[in-house]
Amino acid sequence: MSHHTLPRPGASVFVYEWPVRLWHWANALFILVLIVSGWFIARPLPTMQIGEATHQFVMGYIRFAHFAAGQLLTVGFLGRIYWAFVGNHHARQAFYLPLWQKSWWRDVLHEARWYAFLESRPGIHVGHNPLAQIAMFLFMVVGMTFMIVTGFALYAEGAQRGSLPDQLFGWLHDALGNSQLMHSLHHLGMYFVVIFMTAHIYLAIREDIMSRQTMVSTMINGYRSFKDDDAA
Amino acid sequence: MSQIETFYDVMRRQGITRRSFMKYCSLTAAALGLGPAYVPKIAEAMETKPRTPVIWVHGLECTCCSESFIRSAHPLAKDVVLSMISLDYDDTLMAAAGKQAEAALQDTIEKYKGNYILAVEGNPPLNEDGMFCIVGGKPFVEQLRHAAKDAKAIISWGACASYGCVQAAKPNPTRATPVHKVITDKPIIKVPGCPPIAEVMTGVITYMLTFDRLPELDRQGRPAMFYGQRIHDKCYRRPHFDAGQFVEHWDDENARKGYCLYKMGCKGPTTYNACSTIRWNEGTSFPIQSGHGCIGCSEDGFWDQGSFYNRVTDLTQFGVEANADKIGLTAAGVVGGGVALHAAVSALKTAQRKSQKTKTKDAASKSKEEV
Ligand code: HEM
Ligand code: SF4
Ligand code: SF4
Repeated sequence: MSHHTLPRPGASVFVYEWPVRLWHWANALFILVLIVSGWFIARPLPTMQIGEATHQFVMGYIRFAHFAAGQLLTVGFLGRIYWAFVGNHHARQAFYLPLWQKSWWRDVLHEARWYAFLESRPGIHVGHNPLAQIAMFLFMVVGMTFMIVTGFALYAEGAQRGSLPDQLFGWLHDALGNSQLMHSLHHLGMYFVVIFMTAHIYLAIREDIMSRQTMVSTMINGYRSFKDDDAA
Repeated sequence: MSQIETFYDVMRRQGITRRSFMKYCSLTAAALGLGPAYVPKIAEAMETKPRTPVIWVHGLECTCCSESFIRSAHPLAKDVVLSMISLDYDDTLMAAAGKQAEAALQDTIEKYKGNYILAVEGNPPLNEDGMFCIVGGKPFVEQLRHAAKDAKAIISWGACASYGCVQAAKPNPTRATPVHKVITDKPIIKVPGCPPIAEVMTGVITYMLTFDRLPELDRQGRPAMFYGQRIHDKCYRRPHFDAGQFVEHWDDENARKGYCLYKMGCKGPTTYNACSTIRWNEGTSFPIQSGHGCIGCSEDGFWDQGSFYNRVTDLTQFGVEANADKIGLTAAGVVGGGVALHAAVSALKTAQRKSQKTKTKDAASKSKEEV
């Protein structure tokens, strides 16, 4: 972030510790599985005649993939929250917005102008740029939590009354009224995730090319390298 | 209270033999999911306990609950329970009418203060001081409040009393309101469905009459033994669901083979009821067995969940005929388009800046040469 002392051009700073990187790529995989399987839960594949119904489990496997990825995603998410407490300060950045800092708001404006082509040079950031931080916050704290909570509420129905998921999340159905509504909300949540991913992947690659620091490789090797060769 | 008859007395008076009475007790125990050990308990309760009176009132409704109730599969249950009920007050089933009927209601309330069960079919509309439903010259909501005041417990029959049903569907012009939102100080048991299954109704009422308490309820206040699982959990077409074998059109080969109705909008996966176990009309069939998906009639707000024939609900808030996929794909498309556009402009700008840089360099070198 720009209120830190500016790194030397060509320098590298260690940003993402291995648990954060591992989580990032595992999470990406789980979400991909969840989107594809979720889509086919709502709109199943055309009927197949592989064998007798007892020997064929197409919908069953799709739902299994969804639930397994969902559970893994949840465990990963809890681990990621744990790491926000014990990891370096970059590990915390996606979980809060420093709305009280004037300098942060200035950076938000600057970054917004950069994306709107009104600023010829982007800011220089060790962690997330502030706009990315807002997006990350919306995705992590709002989006992921929403999908996990609604997902487990749906899961509680299959797990049956009195089961652990039911005891933890079943009351949400009663609060909402009709479980069909829960399906709709969970389904709409998928598009929130899809939209975030579209923007996230585009911006990460664009920043990698156009900004003054590395992006994609940072999430692989953990180091943020600064590309500036001019002193300006 | 010694002058009040027991259930057994009533049954005997109705010409029911001891043998039939014991059969009824076993059947009731089975229907309620109780073990054989409960049969003598039920019998004893019915022989010794004074009969619990029932008042049955009707608000905004279509009488489908009453229609279902009087068709209970086991004729004994029907005769017995019905004779116990019609003795007191039910303006649809009783012989009396008009002033006489209202007097009977008043009599029962006074005679059995704090001891009777109030069964409510339908719900009170609250707009315009309740004028959309008048019973005996007064808004139904007044009769409901009056009868509820001294009731021991209340049964909310059907989707109307439990959740509001069609008269409470958006935008609910009469403000039809489920019973538990009007009466808040009494134990209320919800028996939803449009209508509820007859055996469920007689089962619930027999349980309350014999054991003098509410059966185990779930978080929404429904008897857990009948509403503890979804239609989907016990549906005999479930193997086809898991296999991914669906009816794709109403008249296709898969429909003839009896495949899963999920793609035809079956609401079985989101509906808690006993249809797939107890079935209807003396256990003859139930909607899915006759080839039509469940419409989710026992769920809160089932009229407001879009079409009966879609799994992905129409979301009218977003305009005509939109559903989660249409909204999501549109939004994703807009964002995707925005991304493509932004990428193109980014590339152009970068190219422009580069060529400007080289131009200025060229210009600089040229001017050097000239000097
Ligand atoms: C990024 C995360 C996720 C996405 C994109 C996603 C997507 C979806 C979609 C599109 C559906 C179909 C909804 C419909 O019926 O219209 C669905 C259903 C479901 N999801 Fe997820 N989901 C996610 C996370 C989770 C999680 C964490 C769980 C928890 C285990 C979960 C459990 C379920 C369950 C139980 C269903 C209902 C399955 C059924 O009705 O057969 N989901 N999901
Ligand atoms: S027909 Fe309906 S309730 Fe039965 S398995 Fe299919 S979706 Fe579930
Ligand atoms: S199958 Fe569904 S819609 Fe039909 S009666 Fe049962 S709960 Fe109601």
